[in-house]
Amino acid sequence: MSQEQILSSDGIPLEESLKKAERKNKLKAVLLVAPLFLFILIIYVFPIGDMLFRSVDDRMITKMLPKTFNAMENWDGKDLPDEEVYKGLYDDLTYLKKNKTYGKIIARLNYEKSGFSSLIKKTVRKINKFEEGNYKKQFIKVHKRWGKNEYLVALKNTAPNWSYAKYLKGMDRKFDQDRNIIQVEEDRRIHKILWLRTLNVAFWVTIFCFVLAYPISHLLATLPMKYSNLLMICVLLPFWTSLLVRTSSWMVLLQQQGPINDLIVWIGLAADDNRPELMYNVIGTFVAMTQILLPFMVLPLYSVMKTISPSLMRAGKSLGGTPLVSFVKIYFPLTIPGIGAGCLLVFILAIGYYITPALVGGASGSLISNTIAYHMKSSLDWAFASALGTMLLVGVLAIYWVYNKLVGIDNIKLG
Amino acid sequence: MANDHFVRFENVDKSYDGKQLVVKGLDLDIAEGEFVTMLGPSGSGKTTCLMMLAGFETPTNGQIYLDNKVISDIPPHKRGIGMVFQNYALFPHMTVYENLAFPLRVRKIPKDEADKKVDKALSMVSLQGFESRMPMQLSGGQQQRVAVARSLVFDPKLVLMDEPLGALDKNLRESMQYEIKHIHESIGVTVVYVTHDQTEALTMSNRIAVFNDGKVQQLSSPDELYERPVNSFVAEFIGENNTFAGEVIDSSGDQCKVKLNSGTEILANPIVAKAKGEKTTVSLRPERAIIDPETAMDNNHKGKIEEVIYHGDHTRLRLDLLGNNQFILKVPNSSNRIDIKEGREINIGWNSVDCRALDPK
Repeated sequence: MSQEQILSSDGIPLEESLKKAERKNKLKAVLLVAPLFLFILIIYVFPIGDMLFRSVDDRMITKMLPKTFNAMENWDGKDLPDEEVYKGLYDDLTYLKKNKTYGKIIARLNYEKSGFSSLIKKTVRKINKFEEGNYKKQFIKVHKRWGKNEYLVALKNTAPNWSYAKYLKGMDRKFDQDRNIIQVEEDRRIHKILWLRTLNVAFWVTIFCFVLAYPISHLLATLPMKYSNLLMICVLLPFWTSLLVRTSSWMVLLQQQGPINDLIVWIGLAADDNRPELMYNVIGTFVAMTQILLPFMVLPLYSVMKTISPSLMRAGKSLGGTPLVSFVKIYFPLTIPGIGAGCLLVFILAIGYYITPALVGGASGSLISNTIAYHMKSSLDWAFASALGTMLLVGVLAIYWVYNKLVGIDNIKLG
Repeated sequence: MANDHFVRFENVDKSYDGKQLVVKGLDLDIAEGEFVTMLGPSGSGKTTCLMMLAGFETPTNGQIYLDNKVISDIPPHKRGIGMVFQNYALFPHMTVYENLAFPLRVRKIPKDEADKKVDKALSMVSLQGFESRMPMQLSGGQQQRVAVARSLVFDPKLVLMDEPLGALDKNLRESMQYEIKHIHESIGVTVVYVTHDQTEALTMSNRIAVFNDGKVQQLSSPDELYERPVNSFVAEFIGENNTFAGEVIDSSGDQCKVKLNSGTEILANPIVAKAKGEKTTVSLRPERAIIDPETAMDNNHKGKIEEVIYHGDHTRLRLDLLGNNQFILKVPNSSNRIDIKEGREINIGWNSVDCRALDPK
C-alpha cells in the first residue's frame, strides 16, 4: 500500500485522466465503426443465423398437434396406441379445422410418409360426424390407415422440435420408420450427383482459370507500364460488365447456330447438320464460368508477381540455372501465395455460382446453387434450401481450413 | 599464365530504343585476376556494359570476348559468370545453405562435395553457422556477404558486381569494401565492379574505367586516375578539384603559359591543351597548393579567405584566388598551423606539374 499513486499535473490520478482523455477517441472509433457493424449484423450475421436456424427448425407441426404428441409420449410404438392418443388427435384436428389451418400439416406429414395427404384430408372432412368416446374405432372406420402402426409411428417421428432430416435429405439419406438412417431409393439419389458435379465444375474451372491466368499475370507484371495498363484494362473490362450481360453474350456465342459453331463447321471439325451442343450442358458452364472468374485468379497472381524482383530470375540464370530450372526452383515457389489465394477465391466462388449455370448450364450443367434456388422459389421448401446452403457454407469453411493447414492463411495475398 | 585479354569489349555499341546510343564504340581489355571498376554517374552506360557481359543484354554492335571466346551467342546460364546484384537477389524462399547450393545443384555436383564448397564460401565471408537462416532473418551486411559467397561458390573465373554496397550504411560499406578486396586478393578471381562511388572505386580496384556519356573516359590505376586525369570530366569526377578557365598563350615542352580569364598568367602542365591559342580548363587538386611556401614555386599568388570550414582532421578554406571564388584549400589540423581567419590575405604557391591544362569545359 505504500506505492504512491501517480497524479497528473492537475492532481487527478494519472490512470483516470488517461481514461478520460482516451474516452473521446474511443467513442469516436465506436461511432465510426457502428454503421458497418450494424450493416454486417443485419445483412450478414442475421440472415446466416436465420438460415442455420430454419434448416433444423421443425416446431410448426409440434405446435399444431400438441395434444396428440403429448399423449404419444408414453407410447412405445410397438402396438397401436391407446384411446388417449386418438382423443388427442381428435381434439387437435377439430381445432385445426375450426381455424382452417390444417393444410400446413398435410405437406409436412406427407413428406414424412406419403399417403398422409389423403388420410388427413378425408379425416378432417368427416371429423364433424365423430361422436364422443371410442375415437380409436371411429378413426379407423374413417380411414383404415389409422389402424396401421407405420402411419402412427411416422406421426410420432415428427414430434421433436428440432430435426436434421433436411441435412439427411441433402445427402440422399432419410430416416426409416425405426429412425435408422438409410439411403433413399436408387432413382431419387439426385443430390449426390449435384454435389459431385458442383465440386467437379469448381475444380476444373479453378484449373482452367489458373492455366489461363498464370501467363497473363506474368505478362502483366513484367511488361512496361504503358502496355501493362492496357492489358490490365482488358482483364478488368469484363469485370465491370454486368454478369448477366456476359453470360448472355456467351449464350449468343455458344448456341448451335452461333459463331463458334460456325467456325467449327467452317474448319471442318463437325458437319453442318451435326453441330455440337456447346450450351445447356456442362461445356457451357465450364466455358462461361472460366471466363467470368478469370479476373479473380489474375489479380492475386499479378499482385504477387509484381513483388518478385526480376533480378531473382537473372540471379538464377547467372548462377547456372537454365531458364526452366530457374522458373521451377525460384519463380514458381515465390508465386505460390498468389496461386493459393487465386485458387481459393475462384474455387469458393465457383462452388456457389448461380446465374451462369442457370442460364447456360441446362439440366446436365446445373449446380447445387440452382437446386437451392429451386427450393427457395418453386418448391418453397425453405428449410431444405437452408440446409443445402448450410452444407455449402460448411464445405467452404472446410476447404478454407484444409488450405490453412496446408499452406497457411497468412501466406495468402489478395493484393 | 595470366591472360591480358581475359575479358575483351571490341567496338561495342548498345542502344535500347534505336535512337540513342547508351554505349558508344566501347573498347576495353581486362586481364585475368584483375579487379576492374566501372565508375561513372548514373546513365553513363556502366551497368549496361555489365549486363552485356552477364548476358542479360545483347550488344547492338561489336563483340565481347571471354577467355578469347565470343560470348554473344552463349546464354547467361552457360557463361559461368558469378554475379552480385544491387539488391542482393537472394532467393527469399531458400535458406542460406540452399541459396549457396543452388549453383552447385544445377551443376549436378555431388552433395558432400557441394557441402564442402558451401562451407568454404561461407567461411570466406565469415558466416559459418548461418546455413539454416532465411535471408529475411539476416541484416543487410550479412545478406550482402551471402550474395558474395553465392557468386563465388561455384568457382567462377569472373565475378560481376553491380553496385553491391549501395544499400549499406557508410561504416558497413567501408568494412565490406576491404572484405571484398581481401577475398579478391586471396582467391585471384577476376572482378568487374560497377559503382558510382569514387571512394569505393579508389579503395578496391586495380584499375578503374571512368564512364561518361557511353564512353570510357580514362582507364588506369587509382593513383594515376587521381594524380593524372586526362580530361576535365575525370578531374571533376574523381576527388576534389579547383579549376581555372583560360587560354594557352605559350607552350614549350613540359610547361605552358596559360592566360586566365582574369588576366593573370600562370604556368601549367600541358596535357590536352598544348598548342598556342587553345582554350583550356586548368585543374589543380586542393592539397597540392601550399600556404606561404618557403621556397619559391612555379606559381605564387595572393588569395583572400572567404570561408573556413572545420572538418575535424583538416580544415577547408574557400578562397577567392585569381578570379575563382570557389577555390578550395585543405589545411591539416596540426598544432603549428597558421592563424586562419576569414577575410585574411594569404600567399598560395603550387608547381606547374600539378596544374594540368585540360580540355575546356
